[in-house]
Amino acid sequence: MLGWEFPPFINGGLGTACYGLTKAMDEQGIHVTFVLPKVVYGQYATHVNLLSPHSRTTPTSLKIAELKNVEFRTIDSPLEAYATPESYQKRIEDTIRQKQIAQGSLSPASQLFTAPDYGNNMYNEVHRYAALAVDLAANEQFDIVHAHDWMTYPAGIAVAAVSGRPLIVHVHSTEFDRSGEHVNQMIYDIERQGMQRAAKVIAVSHFTRSIIISRYGISGDKVEVVYNGVERSGNGNGEWPIADTGIRSDEKIVLFLGRITMQKGPEYFLYAAKKVLEVMSNVKFVMAGSGDLMHRSVELAAELGIGHKVLFTGFLRGPDVQKIYSMADLYVMPSVSEPFGIAPLEALDNDVPVIISKQSGVSEVLMHALKVDFWDVNEIANKIVAVLKYPPLEMTLRNHGNFEVRKLRWKDSAQKCVRIYEETLVAV
Amino acid sequence: MPSVCFYFQVHQPIRLRHYTVFDNNDQYFDDFKNASVCRKVANKCYLPANRLILDLIRRFDGRFKVAYSITGVLLEQLQRYSPEVVSTFDALAQSGCVEFLAETYYHSLSFLYSRDEFIEQINKHSEIINRFFGQTPRVFRNTELIYNNELACLISSMGRFDAIITEGADHILGTRSPNFLYQPKSCDNVKLLLKNYALSDDIAFRFSNRSWPEWPLTAEKFAGWISRINGNGNVVNLFMDYETFGEHQWEDTGIFNFVRHLPEKILQHPDNNFKTPGEVAQSFPTVDIVDVPHIISWADTERDLSAWLGNAMQSSAIHELYRLERNVKSTNDEKVISDWRKLQASDHFYYMCTKYFADGDVHKYFNPYDSPYDSYINFMNVLDNLQSRCSRPTNGGVLCSGREPNAAASVLDAG
Repeated sequence: MLGWEFPPFINGGLGTACYGLTKAMDEQGIHVTFVLPKVVYGQYATHVNLLSPHSRTTPTSLKIAELKNVEFRTIDSPLEAYATPESYQKRIEDTIRQKQIAQGSLSPASQLFTAPDYGNNMYNEVHRYAALAVDLAANEQFDIVHAHDWMTYPAGIAVAAVSGRPLIVHVHSTEFDRSGEHVNQMIYDIERQGMQRAAKVIAVSHFTRSIIISRYGISGDKVEVVYNGVERSGNGNGEWPIADTGIRSDEKIVLFLGRITMQKGPEYFLYAAKKVLEVMSNVKFVMAGSGDLMHRSVELAAELGIGHKVLFTGFLRGPDVQKIYSMADLYVMPSVSEPFGIAPLEALDNDVPVIISKQSGVSEVLMHALKVDFWDVNEIANKIVAVLKYPPLEMTLRNHGNFEVRKLRWKDSAQKCVRIYEETLVAV
Repeated sequence: MPSVCFYFQVHQPIRLRHYTVFDNNDQYFDDFKNASVCRKVANKCYLPANRLILDLIRRFDGRFKVAYSITGVLLEQLQRYSPEVVSTFDALAQSGCVEFLAETYYHSLSFLYSRDEFIEQINKHSEIINRFFGQTPRVFRNTELIYNNELACLISSMGRFDAIITEGADHILGTRSPNFLYQPKSCDNVKLLLKNYALSDDIAFRFSNRSWPEWPLTAEKFAGWISRINGNGNVVNLFMDYETFGEHQWEDTGIFNFVRHLPEKILQHPDNNFKTPGEVAQSFPTVDIVDVPHIISWADTERDLSAWLGNAMQSSAIHELYRLERNVKSTNDEKVISDWRKLQASDHFYYMCTKYFADGDVHKYFNPYDSPYDSYINFMNVLDNLQSRCSRPTNGGVLCSGREPNAAASVLDAG
């Protein structure tokens, strides 16, 4: 399996999904070799403490005793989930700068040429990664190559070709979800190539499947839908002292949790918040997460005159996520284009009713959630007010939703993947 | 010799428009949607079915008879949107072979929440049936055939009804057959007609189901089943939604053809005949007492109230609605009262049901909302607005009219 991030260092749904799926497969006795990228600052980090938010320890050194059948392999690479060519570029430049500082000299032009362990642009890096993956795979035994999202597709194609094993690509998101209509041609081409060369394509929802068929021209009988699941997590230990948060105990809390980026519709959340505050005043809106639109969102809240009612927590991890759910009265996901959306399932798991965008994959599986068109700010506000105002509504949504979520387990997703593996192997 | 007793329920609610917390006018109802639904059902069901029944009545020269129960809210809509349907019902009334039953004008669950309102609605309904069709109903059916011992006593105490119609549910009959007349517990001047749900549902639900062992159901086969009851029952009560003919069962299932041939096949056997509920009540004695301490209905497999009151949203919504009764009535504002009453239609609560919120279910076909939650939110927003109209100083009523604000002032000036 070619994938991303492992706990505790998870940046978003992609890492969560890989973890959930792998764990479920492990429980069914499937032997998984999990390959992920790992940045090496190594020789550049001598006497400078690099406090990069992306630094990570070797996953193999993490105690994942629970995963008995999973082995990890890493490939040194600055590739990371959700990167864009621009963010990759910036990352490389930062690394070069660190290298310069570590070496303590103004680097002559000659030192600026590409160091051997990463590509100078994302395209090169993705293919360099693929080459390294082939090397790594030469020493492994496996039946299937399963690649998650576009950055691993070239590696998947290469490994499959060299080993003669079939390739399965797992589409967690497409360029159209991430970038709207302004897709990056290079990324689109890589995505399409991956889908075409794969024996089977797995989509996380029918919503995504139809994008694959219509925008990428892939034949329908090659694309299967396997819904994501949710991990039943424990209760949050303790809470934040509420006095510190600036929220009064009689105030309702409406939560937005996710990357603050165009795809997630943060501005619709704020416009709806303003409408809600026209008719209700004892409510606070919390945006938990970080992203490229974070600053813009803070500004927008101020512009709309609701700055004092909107709180930003920054990125939340682990037990903090639990805590914020235990405080929330309602979770809102106004995504513009969401291939699946695991966060609402986590919210329901934590007894928080949800409002979700109809333009999402998860709206296909949830019955007991309020659904809206992401642009319909009036209706989002209408539904927020209704949930906060009518306890029977909130109660019924919460109870039925929590019950419904128990049926969406990674176990079922894993089983379905295994069935797809078996069908593919028979055909081979 | 079983008498076949047909009764058809005819009703459409007055549906709400999309009403958010930001709306604050008193236009609650979706006139456009209500008009289109009304016309659509008129064309697919009411008109062809009425014409067919009328034709059969004339052909069989008084031996074929049926009964209808039409709600007041539907009659209002038919008048506005499909008046030709009203004239076909008129023709049916004049044939002398059609009985009209009594029910609540607004198809409401008021029996459960306000006895006064319940009786007012029954009276209002009888009055409109009399006005339109020249009949004063003597047989009563409650909304969705909701019934218990108390209802029987209440209806009996009104003094103008001979019989009550309800569901022949297994748990009240035990091993007894619905093909006889029964007496309610502790009141003896009304009789009970119990629906034979097996035979009724064969027509209403199973008719077009190809995996049903008895498909296809022909008039001949069904008449055979009726005749077999000979000696084992007095009456076969076939009670169903009128929309069975054309809506629940589309024309291409052959439902109209089935009905067209049914009277002939049934009457072939000389011991069979057709009776209206009123005639049934007069013709046969009761054979036993039926005790119904807890409420029953004709809905879903449970035959109880869970379709309308099974979850917290439904019970709170209906509770809030009836809590407004006194305030609404004391406004003396006709429109406020009428709006409040239109909100009482049991359908509004049916839409909030989460019981069978799954694919392909009969609840969903007729549900104008995407989800039960949407219907609850809509209803409560409307109710909120209605409540605020009750607490405003009244400018409806006898003395003040909104149209002449200066009338009183000019009188004062002149004096």
